Amino acid sequence: MNLASRKLINRVFTSVGVLSILLMAATLVVIMGPIVERGLGAFIFRGTVEHRRVLLQQFGRGDREALEAESREVAAARRPVYDLLEAFEAQLTQGPAELRRQYRQPLNELKQHLQGLLGPFPGKPEPVLLRDRYGETRWDQARARCDHIVYAEHYDYSDPSRMGLLVRTPRAEQFAGTVLEPLFTYVPAHLEEMLRPRWTCYARFLTDVSYDSHFFGGIGPELLGTFYLTIGAILFAVPLGVVSAIYLTEYARPGSRVVALLRTCISTLAGVPSIVFGLFGLAFFINTLRVSPSKSVLAGSLTLGLLILPLVIRAAEEAIRSVPETYKLAALSLGATRWRTMVTVLLPAALPGILTGIVISMGRAAGETAPIIFTAAVSVGQPLALWQTFTEPTPALPWNIFNLCSEHQAVDEIRHVQYGMVFTLVLLVLLLNSTAIFLRARISRKLRG
Amino acid sequence: MPQPVRPVRREQQAPAANPPAAPLPETAHVRTDNFSVYYHDHPAVNRVTLTIPAGKVTAIIGPSGCGKSTLLRAINRMNDFVPGARAEGQLWYCGQDVYGPNCDPVELRRRIGMVFQKPNPFPKSIFRNVAWAPKINGYRGDLEELVERSLRQAALWDEVKDKLDRSALALSGGQQQRLCIARAIAMQPDVLLMDEPCSALDPIATAHIEDLIDQLKTQYTVVLVTHNMQQAGRVSDRTAFMYLGELVEVDATDIIFTRPNNPRTQDYITGRFG
Repeated sequence: MNLASRKLINRVFTSVGVLSILLMAATLVVIMGPIVERGLGAFIFRGTVEHRRVLLQQFGRGDREALEAESREVAAARRPVYDLLEAFEAQLTQGPAELRRQYRQPLNELKQHLQGLLGPFPGKPEPVLLRDRYGETRWDQARARCDHIVYAEHYDYSDPSRMGLLVRTPRAEQFAGTVLEPLFTYVPAHLEEMLRPRWTCYARFLTDVSYDSHFFGGIGPELLGTFYLTIGAILFAVPLGVVSAIYLTEYARPGSRVVALLRTCISTLAGVPSIVFGLFGLAFFINTLRVSPSKSVLAGSLTLGLLILPLVIRAAEEAIRSVPETYKLAALSLGATRWRTMVTVLLPAALPGILTGIVISMGRAAGETAPIIFTAAVSVGQPLALWQTFTEPTPALPWNIFNLCSEHQAVDEIRHVQYGMVFTLVLLVLLLNSTAIFLRARISRKLRG
Repeated sequence: MPQPVRPVRREQQAPAANPPAAPLPETAHVRTDNFSVYYHDHPAVNRVTLTIPAGKVTAIIGPSGCGKSTLLRAINRMNDFVPGARAEGQLWYCGQDVYGPNCDPVELRRRIGMVFQKPNPFPKSIFRNVAWAPKINGYRGDLEELVERSLRQAALWDEVKDKLDRSALALSGGQQQRLCIARAIAMQPDVLLMDEPCSALDPIATAHIEDLIDQLKTQYTVVLVTHNMQQAGRVSDRTAFMYLGELVEVDATDIIFTRPNNPRTQDYITGRFG
């Protein structure tokens, strides 16, 4: 091969490499961009007076007097809405029965949306469900709700060969000619006075409990649960994994069939789908060993620990194996036993690699959903005390992300919580991985001198 | 419990107060008798009978692959860690059969220090490198004093006394090798095995180490494997010439280099092969 073609190949190779790295970076930006943008929406948003009311009444935080003053002003701004409604209802009761029949359904729908926007009507008994006791807490959702008030939506199925078509009609048309008609211009025009949005930084989202299945509050129990599960998994997997790695690298007879079989088993274990681990955890830890009466953090930690065990073994094995043989020989020649050599020379030198493996498996454990579905996770719950982890199940970020988007009855209204959870989880894993890099660099630097 | 090897120790004192092993010059510290080492079925050391006297520097020379390093590593049983290695015959250290059932290899290695071809300090501080072996062996004296004494003996103290807590890996190659010698000395062994200790070093560092070996023989029995015949001539009292796993000739160094008995020795030292 001549020089020119070698150079060409080199150049092609370099450019392909650069291209793929750029592509990866772009993908990362495309993925991370929305996660960060929407996720931050759970922390920083325009909170309405209802948000402040929830904080004061449910969490006991905020300025009572300021809120009361604000409530009075807000009530004044809302007054015309309720007046219009009252006038319309009076018109209905005095009018013919046909009129009542005609407007019963549209009016109920409208009232529902108004209640969702502004909270319960004044003078009515307090609703049973917490979610009905407050209006929209977030400005973006208030705007969406306002849109529902101004426009009625229904699906047009008249053409059977096509999918239903969304049809939006102004409600002002529905109520044309009634006293209610001005409402549909008043509400959008005075939305700000009625709800008083203010930029809010809700940092306690991370630590607050949630009320009424995530309608209000934060993700404190989920975060804590994830923390417990991850730490628990590490507590089970690391001692076992490191000891196994020590055995495999230093004590097992090299080339023996048993060791080869063990290695194959570990590789297989690493490839088992996580849902299988979840079912195994249920069948083994809960049903057979009965480590806890039902789902618990303990059972989940054990299952997750089993899941990351092969990762830890592999990382530790690689790390120990990559310690130069000369260190080992030096230690042995100085009259150290194998165990001493391991503990005082090989393990410290392998520490950066082992730590990196541990932290990366922590990220894995924190993010796994399937293993905890059957063993540890519930969709709502209180933050657990340490001793409760042995018997109680816990909410956890990955499971609750899935739960909120698949099983929650009001997905659209708590979307921001879900985004906040995703953002937090991604941040957590990112944080763990950068910790690994940092630790590795620091320890290596210390060893190099 | 097997009885550990417990040779009579010379008291650790200033070198001047301890005359260079004059009372027992020809005491055999290490002796082999028809000793062979096999790698699988291939004999790397073949029926060697050799006496290594105490308080002297014994050099083992020979071309590459002649088994000299294998023989050296057999003395403190470092070959145990080479898969497929196996010893036959007898190797005696202070009257104890090293490969016998009563020998504890860990104890043996505490008595017989070793310096390797490539400097291999631990990735720890200079101080902890030297203090490592005494520490794991439960040394109960003044550790700092021991470290200083060892570093002085290894002629390294003046260069590192201000940076004992710095990583040993930051030292130069020659300094690292002297640190390894200090580390071996700190264990207070009787015998120092040196496996081509200068082969990875430049001439100046080599000169340093050679001076050092000269001083060390006042306190230790030194066995030096070297590629470099000039080095053997400069520093050793006795020289053994090995060829193809066999011991060809062993005698006082000046005899080997001036009037060897065996024509193969003659050929090797005059550079006709090797």
